[in-house]
Amino acid sequence: MDLNDQTEHKVFREEVRTFLDGNKHLAPGESAFSFRMRPRNLAEDVRRWQGLLVDHGLTSRTIPKAYGGYGADVDILKSRIIADEFFAANVIQGLGNQGISMLVPTMLEHGTEEQKQRYIRPTIRSEIVWCQGYSEPNAGSDLASLTTSATEDGDDFIINGQKIWTSGAHIAEMIFCLVRTEPDAPKHEGISYIVFPMDTPGIEVRPLQTMTGSPSFNEVFFTDVRVPMANVVGNRGQGWVVANSTLKHERGLLGDANRSLDSLLRVRKLLQNESLDGRPLMENPLFRDRFIRLQARVQAMRLHEMRMITEAGKGKGRGLGDMVVKLLGCELNHQLDGLGIDILGEIGVLYDDSPLLRDGGAWQANFMFDLGLIIGGGTAQIQKNIISERGLGMPREPKVAQA
Amino acid sequence: MDFGLSEEQELIRDSFQGTLSRISDLDTVRQTAEAGASMDKSIWGELCALGMAGLLIGEDYGGAGLNLLEAAVVAEELGRRVTPVPFVASAVMAPLAIGLGGDEEQRREWLPGMADGSLRLGVAVSEAAAGAREDASVTAASKGNDNVLNGRALFVLDGAGADAYVVADGTGGLHLVRAGESGLDTVDLKTIDRTRAITELRFDNTPAEPLRQGDGVLQTIIDAGRVTLAADSLGAGEVMLQQAVDYAAERKQFGRPIASFQAVKHMCAEMASELQPCRALVWYGAYTMEHDPGGLSLAAAFAKSHVDEVGRFVARTATEVHGGMGFTDLMGLHYWFKRLGVNRAYLGSPERVRAEAARLQGFAA
Repeated sequence: MDLNDQTEHKVFREEVRTFLDGNKHLAPGESAFSFRMRPRNLAEDVRRWQGLLVDHGLTSRTIPKAYGGYGADVDILKSRIIADEFFAANVIQGLGNQGISMLVPTMLEHGTEEQKQRYIRPTIRSEIVWCQGYSEPNAGSDLASLTTSATEDGDDFIINGQKIWTSGAHIAEMIFCLVRTEPDAPKHEGISYIVFPMDTPGIEVRPLQTMTGSPSFNEVFFTDVRVPMANVVGNRGQGWVVANSTLKHERGLLGDANRSLDSLLRVRKLLQNESLDGRPLMENPLFRDRFIRLQARVQAMRLHEMRMITEAGKGKGRGLGDMVVKLLGCELNHQLDGLGIDILGEIGVLYDDSPLLRDGGAWQANFMFDLGLIIGGGTAQIQKNIISERGLGMPREPKVAQA
Repeated sequence: MDFGLSEEQELIRDSFQGTLSRISDLDTVRQTAEAGASMDKSIWGELCALGMAGLLIGEDYGGAGLNLLEAAVVAEELGRRVTPVPFVASAVMAPLAIGLGGDEEQRREWLPGMADGSLRLGVAVSEAAAGAREDASVTAASKGNDNVLNGRALFVLDGAGADAYVVADGTGGLHLVRAGESGLDTVDLKTIDRTRAITELRFDNTPAEPLRQGDGVLQTIIDAGRVTLAADSLGAGEVMLQQAVDYAAERKQFGRPIASFQAVKHMCAEMASELQPCRALVWYGAYTMEHDPGGLSLAAAFAKSHVDEVGRFVARTATEVHGGMGFTDLMGLHYWFKRLGVNRAYLGSPERVRAEAARLQGFAA
């Protein structure tokens, strides 16, 4: 065990710091903390910043040069150094939206050469924003029972059906979508993964008002939407396998220990700055104990991530240690938000433009938004199924006989 | 960065794992515990032959000259097997106390015998680490040319049958007291965990030899002990989870293994999730002793308090997965349950340790 940077990484860390020193004034002003509260606002400065990071290999590092990336070898430690240095400088990192984090790796794995050439470069530069058309009203945790249909018509598919919980559909230019192309095949074998523009005729997006008060996801209705069959990614009917490689990427994205550390430091600031009966709340032993409890958890997650990075670097495959990260990370973030609200007491219930509001109301918004993340991307209960079945080797629940 | 064990450390783990699987099976543990012995001499002998007692003792004194991370690796294996041998005090805290706090003469006198296992020491620091119960307190005084101790020390780790004791006085000074010294009474305290012994020491003008360079050593040995207990709990917790998973696969109700019921699976998934990050906390705590000594106390506090909480959750949940069988003596699951319970209380409960963590960071006076 040696937690110091070796020479190559020491040099790399210096390079990242130099970049930040020279360029951080160009970064979009919003910190990740407030940024989380609403759908990614892709103002011009955000896109420019993203392009700059791509050019310097500070995001999408390992995407091949031929597709607009930096073409670096996979070095999970360097990714970690980038994340840590951006975090320390309080500068927002490269975007981690669904196109970049989910579509691009999937396309690299399953796409045709033409698809890769066409989509990857503009996606990583955020010139194309994507949404994910997976869940349906009756296909949530049981995603494979989805019914949105795609029927052949010449060289095209005609798509009909409905998606729900589609984050960012109201601002997306493209969608990657699961549709049923072989209605007679067993449910996991009749699905295809297909991509198409959101301005294709026949698509209607209806924002879903959420508990946070800001619409972040949508219902999307398809009525006779015509999409070329060439837009299928991977083989027709193999969409389940393709989608699972995407979900794997999403799960990795959701549990980020730096995000937890950021919340923890903000909670600490609240404890030090907020007072009750004229005394800082950090002097209250009950709040202090709750804080230290969560601090130990954040520390555990950060160190655990380092252990997982080391194992991945040694070529060990995804194991139990990786499977628990989404479940634990999302729960931890929600607990941190909850402590923040409790520290604020009555002030913590203020919202919108109320006087006395702290941090722009972010604590309440995140307390709700982070509950959404516990549910989204595979609910906590689905995570526990995965952990027990794939991680611990426990049997699946027997299938209920069809009536 | 490399956050993992070296090949040498993996070899140490494997050799202890191999030996323990042969010599520390549940029947042996049960025999030792039921005889009230709290220590199996033949297991102790074999483990000392593997170098267990001398792990942290310098090579100049007959030890292996290794670090706390190696001790944590061994502690995890002992926890897995609920092995009835003294370790945390005899092989970690006492060697560090003398190695760091003793002068050359004291090191020469004590460490070689401790390294080969022929001398065993108990450690009396409970009042400093966990707070004083009853009226326990120890004071040191000069009497003529001699240094003597008065008072009472409770919950002395690995105290039963020890050849000597490392004793903390109320000001943080450390002393060596030989067993059988005049003015020394020992009272063995039976605990719910029969795999390790604790003792009460009563001093009445008892001659004691101060550790001559002992400043600041007390906190270091407490920190090292906390990391070691956390490692022991990690091993014990991992085994309880595995036993729950195995039992659930065998036990059938409603025509299928209970492992296929989500209620049972989710209990196991929660245990696995809580346990997984504990390893990194324990390893990091151990690593700081050598590489970031200024960070040891805080890292040890996080490791101890967090693994204590996870340990309680796992002990309870794994027992529950076993249904009525978990409650019986038959399965022997209770040895792990009790081991985890005792580890939690030793050297500072989670609340106590978290309060220390707050003070260390300047959050409390």
